[in-house]
Amino acid sequence: MLRKGIALAAFGLTVLAAPVALANAGAAPVRETEFSFDGPLGTFDQAQLQRGYKIYREVCSSCHSMNLLSFRNLGEKGGPFYDPKIKNPNDNPFVKSIAKDYQINDIDSETGDVVQRPGTPADRFPNPWANEAAARASNGGALPPDLSVIAKARHHGAHYIYSLLTGFREPPAGLKISPNQHYNPWFPGDLTSAWSGDPAHVPAGGLIAMAAPLAPDKVTFDDGTASTVENQAKDVAAFLAWASEPTATARKQFGLAAMIYLLIFSGLLYASYRRIWRNVAH
Amino acid sequence: MSGHSNYEPKSGFEKWLDVRLPIVRLAYDSIVDFPTPKNLNYWYTFGGILAVCLGIQLVTGIVLAMHYVPHVDYAFASVESIMRDVNYGWLIRYMHANGASMFFVAVYIHMFRGLYYGSYKAPREVLWILGCVIYLLMMATAFMGYVLPWGQMSFHGAVVITNLFGALPVVGQALTTWLWGGFAVDNPTLNRFFSLHYLLPFMIAGVVGLHIWALHVPGNNNPTGVNVKSKEDTVPFHPYYTVKDGFAISVFLILFATFVFFNPNALGHADNYIPANPLVTPAHIVPEWYFLPFYAILRAVPDKLMGVLLMFGAIATLFVLPWLDTSKVRSMRYRPTAKLYFMIFVLACLVLGYCGGQLPDNHVIPGLSTFKLIDADLNSFVWLSRIATLYYFSYFLILLPVLGLTETPLPQPESISEPVLSHPASMPAGATAAPEKKG
Repeated sequence: MLRKGIALAAFGLTVLAAPVALANAGAAPVRETEFSFDGPLGTFDQAQLQRGYKIYREVCSSCHSMNLLSFRNLGEKGGPFYDPKIKNPNDNPFVKSIAKDYQINDIDSETGDVVQRPGTPADRFPNPWANEAAARASNGGALPPDLSVIAKARHHGAHYIYSLLTGFREPPAGLKISPNQHYNPWFPGDLTSAWSGDPAHVPAGGLIAMAAPLAPDKVTFDDGTASTVENQAKDVAAFLAWASEPTATARKQFGLAAMIYLLIFSGLLYASYRRIWRNVAH
Repeated sequence: MSGHSNYEPKSGFEKWLDVRLPIVRLAYDSIVDFPTPKNLNYWYTFGGILAVCLGIQLVTGIVLAMHYVPHVDYAFASVESIMRDVNYGWLIRYMHANGASMFFVAVYIHMFRGLYYGSYKAPREVLWILGCVIYLLMMATAFMGYVLPWGQMSFHGAVVITNLFGALPVVGQALTTWLWGGFAVDNPTLNRFFSLHYLLPFMIAGVVGLHIWALHVPGNNNPTGVNVKSKEDTVPFHPYYTVKDGFAISVFLILFATFVFFNPNALGHADNYIPANPLVTPAHIVPEWYFLPFYAILRAVPDKLMGVLLMFGAIATLFVLPWLDTSKVRSMRYRPTAKLYFMIFVLACLVLGYCGGQLPDNHVIPGLSTFKLIDADLNSFVWLSRIATLYYFSYFLILLPVLGLTETPLPQPESISEPVLSHPASMPAGATAAPEKKG
């Protein structure tokens, strides 16, 4: 009971910081970093989204699906390859060539045979696995989660993804880890049962089936940005934040206008209220 | 809706209509000419705010239903498709999701206001009970609405809440199966929840009509709790309260917009963006914030059935409140002792809400585990919930009945105008209600 109590006290800070945010209990507090889209008026940085997409394409997409996104989304307003000169994202040459690189399963309408054809902007990103069982079989029983809404599906969103991707560490001595698992202080979990060291100092974090996916120079950035793990993690986190909510920028811009309108409207109503009530004692 | 009418039909059409269907007269008597106490403060604007909330939920909800697919395989993706592919779908959906929270913010303030100013006392018992019915319908609607996106919290929340009915003796199991439409929460459950989620708001709208009718028969209560004595005490609803409510609604919409546009997911749970998976239970199943006080009461009781009964009892108590409070004085302005206990009651509700979001065995004060009593760790959220639950019920079942008999209230004013005229911020004596057109 005491041991459990102390372990719980260890992440008391996390619990205090977010009254209802319990899912990350046991994980280290997310790393401090700044994104261009933080804050009420922050917007996505298109160059960062393009770098992030490249990392998704070359690293993540071999295991992680992105079922809810179509190639055309990349060329829509606010997207990584948006071009204001091109009205229809399906006509965007970048989007068309990205889509063409993928082979999409289809049915030949003449013969009914299962065929593969190059993708078009209207196609969804294909799933790297034929089905869930295939995905699990190739990943030591673990299922790589779909990344369509991953930034919204985790507390602290892009900040969590950044912390996790840069967070792979050598496990502390005393932590029992099976070959298919990897220690990460930012992955939610409870390591009490795997810990043979001082019970007062159970390490934060959990065991994740994914090995550290990023490495220095694993991806070559076309714009000359240094390809460090930090930069890669930040860029792909930004891309996934965009993928999770492509309309976030439109939302914030609409919100600014709505706020200005509501403030002026409230001011006018207050002035009317004072004027109408001026002769009534109340 | 009742009593004397000052409506005089002006045009020929209005005269023709008035002897056939006096609907213009009804509107005039209810929202233009309706005599309203002139001392209503901003706590009284939440009725109007709630009407706006209901309107927003109905309009956004009807549009969402045009795009939503109530099927376990498509529900999650259809909600995301609304966010991505429907024009302004993100706005409609975020307004609807945050609108539910805003609706509950407003309804809780509205209820606490009624509790503080004794708005449930004669002759407004029916008004209060209809309000409780609306609240109950709101909770059912909100719960079923939260299930529709079919995320992890949707699914497992639905499992937890529907399983509560299984605690009832004899009929429990059969009742739960009947509610589910099967032997587990599945597609039939989602389908019926969607159907009922669409139906209940219209029932709410109907009961709101009755609620307003029951308000307009005795008229508004007011912060003094003293009955309206003369025309001096009132002002016509329009323009005096249309403009005051309008201002309050606009300020409320600023709060609403802050969430919708700049923090749309702050009041939800991240796990609900993970598609429902019956085989993976989230680490912590937490209901939406507005259910947390009741969730804390449920978990405060070790026995499942008793917990369920106590949780429903917490709401049932509200229905009989008019007959539990024995005090003849309506407003707690003139009940200093009751006022103190009321403040503690508000605190107890907030504490219950906080406890509902915590793990029951967690320590309230981290690192301190000395409050051991026999086998009970008093420094835990489950014990804090128990204390707050005890106070919640004591307030209604012991404090309010006893206080009314024992306390000595402060002297009440003769009329609404009396304290108004002696108010330091008030206008010079003799100033009367003048139409806004002058000056």
